[in-house]
Amino acid sequence: MPAEQTDSILVADGIRRTFGGLTAVDVDHLEIPRHKITALIGPNGAGKTTLFNLLTGFDEPDAGSWTFNGQDVSGKAAYKVARLGMVRTFQLTKVLSKLTVLENMRLGPTGQRGERFWSAPFQFLWRGQEDANTERARELLARFKLDAKEQDYAGSLSGGQRKLLEMARALMVEPEMVMLDEPMAGVNPALKQSLLGHVKSLREDGMTVLFVEHDMDMVRDISDHVIVMAQGKVIAQGTPADVMGDQRVIDAYLGEHHDTDITQERATEETS
Amino acid sequence: MDIITGTLSAAVSVQAAYFCLAAIGLNVQFGYAGLLNFGQAGFLAVGAYGFAVAVASFELPFFAAVAVGLGCTALLALLLGIPTLRLRADYLAIATIAAAEVIRLFFGATFREYFKGRDGVSGFTADFQSVNPFDSSVLGFRPGEFWVMVVGWTLVVLSSVFVWLLMRSPWGRIMKGIREDEDAVRSLGKNVYSYKMQALVLGGLIGALGGLVLALGQNSVQPDNFNADLTFIVYTMLILGGAARIFGPIFGAIVFWAALSFIGAVLTKLTRGDDPFIPSWLMTDNQVGSVRFMVVGLCLMALMIFRPQGVFGDRKEIALDAR
Repeated sequence: MPAEQTDSILVADGIRRTFGGLTAVDVDHLEIPRHKITALIGPNGAGKTTLFNLLTGFDEPDAGSWTFNGQDVSGKAAYKVARLGMVRTFQLTKVLSKLTVLENMRLGPTGQRGERFWSAPFQFLWRGQEDANTERARELLARFKLDAKEQDYAGSLSGGQRKLLEMARALMVEPEMVMLDEPMAGVNPALKQSLLGHVKSLREDGMTVLFVEHDMDMVRDISDHVIVMAQGKVIAQGTPADVMGDQRVIDAYLGEHHDTDITQERATEETS
Repeated sequence: MDIITGTLSAAVSVQAAYFCLAAIGLNVQFGYAGLLNFGQAGFLAVGAYGFAVAVASFELPFFAAVAVGLGCTALLALLLGIPTLRLRADYLAIATIAAAEVIRLFFGATFREYFKGRDGVSGFTADFQSVNPFDSSVLGFRPGEFWVMVVGWTLVVLSSVFVWLLMRSPWGRIMKGIREDEDAVRSLGKNVYSYKMQALVLGGLIGALGGLVLALGQNSVQPDNFNADLTFIVYTMLILGGAARIFGPIFGAIVFWAALSFIGAVLTKLTRGDDPFIPSWLMTDNQVGSVRFMVVGLCLMALMIFRPQGVFGDRKEIALDAR
């Protein structure tokens, strides 16, 4: 897929991040196509999460620049990046345990009047906005099947439910691009299917999705575009079928076990 | 009988009022926003000294002097917050505990023409007492003292209402979110640094009001009023009452102070006289001051074991941490 022909929402050039002597990320060029689901794959330690952190402003690169929607966002603070419409989730789910599920959701929308110090004490200034946000939160919770948990503390949810809540909360920001860091990790197979459905529905809603995943079946199933990283570099990108047939990818990432089911492979790894 | 009246008057005393304010301020920082401020004594000190020196040395009118005290406190909060609030939580703890000690030593040893060394500043309450509406003693309190109590408890009520209004708003929700996980809040587009700074300044200012009440109540301020243990007593009060609860700091401060007075009075009674109830080889009456803290400590240990969330806390919240 030649980059010139696609409409890219995110374009990055020359991003490099080193930790001491270790080069964690060294990406020459990267583009994320708009309105598509892009999977970022690669073996452990390939630098996927570090790249996520850099792109979203949670870490600072040693070099490099990138634009989002044509706007330069390199080195911008994380909260500014999020406000521009690029919202991420975390590999280790970050729900706010001692807030209820509904409160977690209400935290999402930007530009809330009640979040400003001087208008916060006066409820009449922000009540209308809050009610509208609550309504939207309830709709999303219903979509993610969390509506029954609305008044529970987020800390009492299961791991999979937390993943759902985090994704739903990110949507409350009304992002243009959602970045999901291993959304399926530690989620049971039944819930995985519904999460997959949710990720697909994000694309239908006109959002761009970038997600990190290990499960190749899943990547093959839902992604339009795949970026493969190994040892900090992008070694291949293209459609799932192209990438999976690429010999470099097979060598670097899939290894000799790429035909076996990944769960079996994990099981053998654990026993060894 | 005088044990009971003594306990009750301790519960409503000027000391209880300024502890309340210090604890309400700390509740904003630690209870809601999760900021480890170990230097609340420093905020009280700057508020009290700023006010006292403005009146005693510069003869400013009352409200201008109050503004000086609060202004200096806000400045202190900014100075402490700018370098530390971007870093991990423990750096604020280190910086604040050190700053509080530096401030105390600074007031005790430098600019003696203003701070008057270890004797402290005094004679700055004439303006305040000149508008005292009470001219005879009320409920056994001297009129001057009662006037400070009225003002002190009014400030306690006003700041509690203000904190309550803030904490039920989306602003308060962000604070609680930051306490739980600031990166999650940041990922949703909130300027976490700015919110932490707002919490630090607001909590410091409420603490400074406490310092003001202390100064007015004593009619003097000395460096020794602001030892590090003041901060830890305030923490104890907050946790006793229940952090992140509106009534937590008020209840904690009143009960802690009243209990301290009660235990002191009981122990004094038991150790005094020719044939005291507690034999003198075990304890004498001039050990009461320290032993009462031991007893209070024991009670607090029992509380933490049987009710770790504090009196007003929610057990379910504590249970979440154990997961």
